[in-house]
Amino acid sequence: MPSGELPPLSAAVIELIGSDRQGRAGSPEDIERAWSVLADVMDPEVPVINVVDLGIVRDVRWSAGHLQVIVTPTYSGCPATEFIETLIEEALTTAGFHQPVLKQQLDPAWTTDWITAAGRENLRAYGVAPPVGSANKLSLLATASEIACPQCGSVHTERVSEFGSTACKALYRCLDCLEPFDYFKCI
Amino acid sequence: MNQYDDLSEYLLRLGDSAVVQGQRLCEWCGRAPALEEEMALMNVGLDLFGQARNWLEFTAERLDDGRSADQLAFCRDERAYRNLLLVEQPNGDFAVTMLKQFFYDAWHYHVLTALKASSDKRVATIAAKALKEVTYHLRRSSDWVQRLGDGTEESHDRMVKALDVVWRFTVELMAGDEVENRLAAAGVIAAPELIAEQWLATVSQVLEQATLTVPPAAPSFYLSGREGMHTECLGVLLAEMQSLQRAYPDAVW
Ligand SMILES: [Zn+2]
Repeated sequence: MPSGELPPLSAAVIELIGSDRQGRAGSPEDIERAWSVLADVMDPEVPVINVVDLGIVRDVRWSAGHLQVIVTPTYSGCPATEFIETLIEEALTTAGFHQPVLKQQLDPAWTTDWITAAGRENLRAYGVAPPVGSANKLSLLATASEIACPQCGSVHTERVSEFGSTACKALYRCLDCLEPFDYFKCI
Repeated sequence: MNQYDDLSEYLLRLGDSAVVQGQRLCEWCGRAPALEEEMALMNVGLDLFGQARNWLEFTAERLDDGRSADQLAFCRDERAYRNLLLVEQPNGDFAVTMLKQFFYDAWHYHVLTALKASSDKRVATIAAKALKEVTYHLRRSSDWVQRLGDGTEESHDRMVKALDVVWRFTVELMAGDEVENRLAAAGVIAAPELIAEQWLATVSQVLEQATLTVPPAAPSFYLSGREGMHTECLGVLLAEMQSLQRAYPDAVW
């Protein structure tokens, strides 16, 4: 190994290191491909919704020759956040992106309003009632109106606990089919 | 004594209160009266730890003295902690736990609501995120205070006793200090008197619905969490919480 300080890398070299295996750097097609890779990364706690449908991927862009993915946590203390970042990094690396950079951004704060229609449908089919209404219109002491049972569709349901098995869910019970179910809280 | 600049001092107060309240909630793990309650208590604790991390990371960046957010939480002694005296008090029975939680939540809710409009962008961002979570915390704890106060004879009696134990520590929620007055003047936080007024309004409303009597304002106390002058319970709590980092410095998960 040569001793002494390494010479600074030229911009062209940085570009080359940062490019993916095909040797292309930062084309719009790459960004599009990155989004489609992300659409296959599932939330480890609710494995039927991917990170894009969940609304936690805020941006995908090129920066200094690296693919940069901006994610926002669902809850301040969500223990899955770091794990999700690792999953995203792995998926992108496997797809040929060289050293993708993951960045966390708190602002604007994540809201369940960002869960896509496809994501909501997947939640319901999986047995988790999707968030009802808009987070913007929630008032402090008002409880969500009608939560439909994901099993039988009845709105004759009751809340068992405001907090469920993970930070994002509340526990409900259907008074018609009697099944307990998770409700993805509106925040 | 205050060691740092006003904003860093204030960030420590927010972060430390969230850490200590979260740690107290964790003591219920495996002991809660019902499974649903256990999950709720742990969920609230988790939210608070996440918020504490956001505040302490910001503090660590500002202090820039080589300590990380983790080191601030796990390697500071009692005298360096800036949390409210209220949150370090023992859990007692479920009535004491819920009343403490409610007093803290009501204060936290109004503090964060004001911080959302802070002149400091980073403070406003962290507060906006935390407020969404704390709104749920307040809704739940007010609900419990009402149900227990206006419940059975025993639950009512226990709430009356809990009020007697906890109320004296609310004095800190009702008063600011020079640090907070200066930050308020700079538009970083709300004026302490405004928070006091809002807190008392929320608390009075819920206690009345719970058929409990709002006691007269608590007299000032010779201790002050803001200045690191704590009741003896904090040292014991920190000793347990920090034992691993103290025994194996810099151990990582
Ligand atoms: Zn049903």
